[in-house]
Amino acid sequence: MTPKISFRNVRKTFDIAGQTAFTALEGMNLDIDDGEFITVVGPSGCGKSTAMNIAAGLTAPSSGQVLVDDAVVTGPGPERGVIFQQYALFPWLTVRQNVEFGLKIAGHKRDERRRIADHFIALVGLTDFANSLPKTLSGGMKQRCAIARAYAVNPKILLMDEPFGALDALTRVQLQDQLLTMWSKERRTVMFITHDVDEAVYLASRVVVMAARPGRLYKIVNVDLPYPRTEDMRLSSEFSELRNEVWRAVYHPAAAA
Amino acid sequence: MAVMESENTSGKARGIPLPTGPLAMLVINIVAVVFGISMWALVTSYGVVGLPTPLAVARQAVIQAQTGLLWSDALASLGRVFTGFALGILIAIPVGFLMGWYKVARAIIEPYVQFFRTIPPLAIIPLAIVTMGIDETPKIFVIFLASFLSSVVATYQGVISVDRTMINAARVLGANDFTIFRRVIVPASLPYIMVGVRIGLGSSWSTVVAAELIAAQSGLGFRMQQAQLYYDLATIFVSLISIGILGLIMDRIVMAIDSVLTAWQEKL
Ligand SMILES: Nc1ncnc2c1ncn2[C@@H]1O[C@H](COP(=O)(O)OP(=O)(O)OP(=O)(O)O)[C@@H](O)[C@H]1O
Ligand SMILES: [Mg+2]
Repeated sequence: MTPKISFRNVRKTFDIAGQTAFTALEGMNLDIDDGEFITVVGPSGCGKSTAMNIAAGLTAPSSGQVLVDDAVVTGPGPERGVIFQQYALFPWLTVRQNVEFGLKIAGHKRDERRRIADHFIALVGLTDFANSLPKTLSGGMKQRCAIARAYAVNPKILLMDEPFGALDALTRVQLQDQLLTMWSKERRTVMFITHDVDEAVYLASRVVVMAARPGRLYKIVNVDLPYPRTEDMRLSSEFSELRNEVWRAVYHPAAAA
Repeated sequence: MAVMESENTSGKARGIPLPTGPLAMLVINIVAVVFGISMWALVTSYGVVGLPTPLAVARQAVIQAQTGLLWSDALASLGRVFTGFALGILIAIPVGFLMGWYKVARAIIEPYVQFFRTIPPLAIIPLAIVTMGIDETPKIFVIFLASFLSSVVATYQGVISVDRTMINAARVLGANDFTIFRRVIVPASLPYIMVGVRIGLGSSWSTVVAAELIAAQSGLGFRMQQAQLYYDLATIFVSLISIGILGLIMDRIVMAIDSVLTAWQEKL
């Protein structure tokens, strides 16, 4: 099986005010299978967002390439949905109009747009707020709206950059379960960035651990827990072992540096 | 104060319950204005200063209204403002977008904008009269310049401060440059544009009055200038008050339009 997403020796350097180039990402190699749920953890500044933006086609790599379905990524595409940490909803549009944004560009007719949008709005539990403006939503509701907006255009791949980072613990857990439920129904390929080791293990079939200075892939931890994941699993000994393994991998290189 | 206590129904106030509701504020506004006019009446009726009484000014206003002079003056001034202002905004918005969107356009236009911004619009009048004659054109041109310069900068600021992530969000949903411009850049910079429109209208209004003082055959500024020759203080007051009221009304209209257009904004 060819991988859905393939990072081939991806390297990214930034020139900072004429100084020597700063290496944000060093020779990253990673294959993500079709329908796989991958999480990426690592210390701040290790290039997680950089890697994701390159896969999204929002940033060009300095060398190497990302392949999606064997085609080199040269720009954004509707088959890759992106959910940003800062929600990035359009504040002048209602929840429904936000969700319809991509559908309109894709050329869906009015009625169809509405039907699809309402389906995903219901899926994330925002039906009562379909006509509300983002400013009236809570952080968790904004995030759910962003998820519905990304889902609506039916991307085969979801790239999520710390989507639950700003949420309280309870909302976070609820959205994790909601995300897993949706994922198990539709089996999209997910690349999910997080700071939270617990979250990384709970969601993923594989956790990609990155290290900083230079940003690079440090280790891949396989999570051999069956889906569907349940809240009970979080308390199991396998889960805490995996969590410890990821934890050590995240902090080991930092301690060595 | 005791009269207004009943307005304070929020029940949130701690300590001394000061009325803060919109109606209470309006009442305070009116009281303040009535107080100011009373002071004016008091001071002038004792001849403390050589100014006309409110009554004399009101009488003069009624006379001017009946002869139609007040209306024709106001219309002349308003007509100039709207022509110049509309032209200024109409050209400023696309130019501002151009400057924000294309770096090259910015590099070409910015020096001119920054330079002319430091010159008070009125200082252009001598030049405008010499080159454009003494009819309406130089006045409208100066007003155009005043509103153009303030709006172009605001629009440009709006475009360059559009959140990068918002543009990226549109791109990953499949938007091309044109769609991003129309559906993201334009609405996102609207609050900035409206600030520019408001400032532009304000500076247009002050510019028109001043321009009429210098060179005009009609308008509120012209009337004042005439009255000055005859020491006709009542007429000067009528003109001044009309200028203030009209300016206030225009500002409130822009504010009302703004609050409708940018109701989506997250106000701090
Ligand atoms: N546009 C840029 N210009 C210069 N340096 C950049 C730029 N974008 C990122 N970097 C640098 O690249 C490194 C990696 O950034 P990146 O945003 O990918 O980190 P991250 O792993 O997502 O961190 P965090 O967890 O804090 O979000 C950082 O050190 C950052 O300073
Ligand atoms: Mg990041």
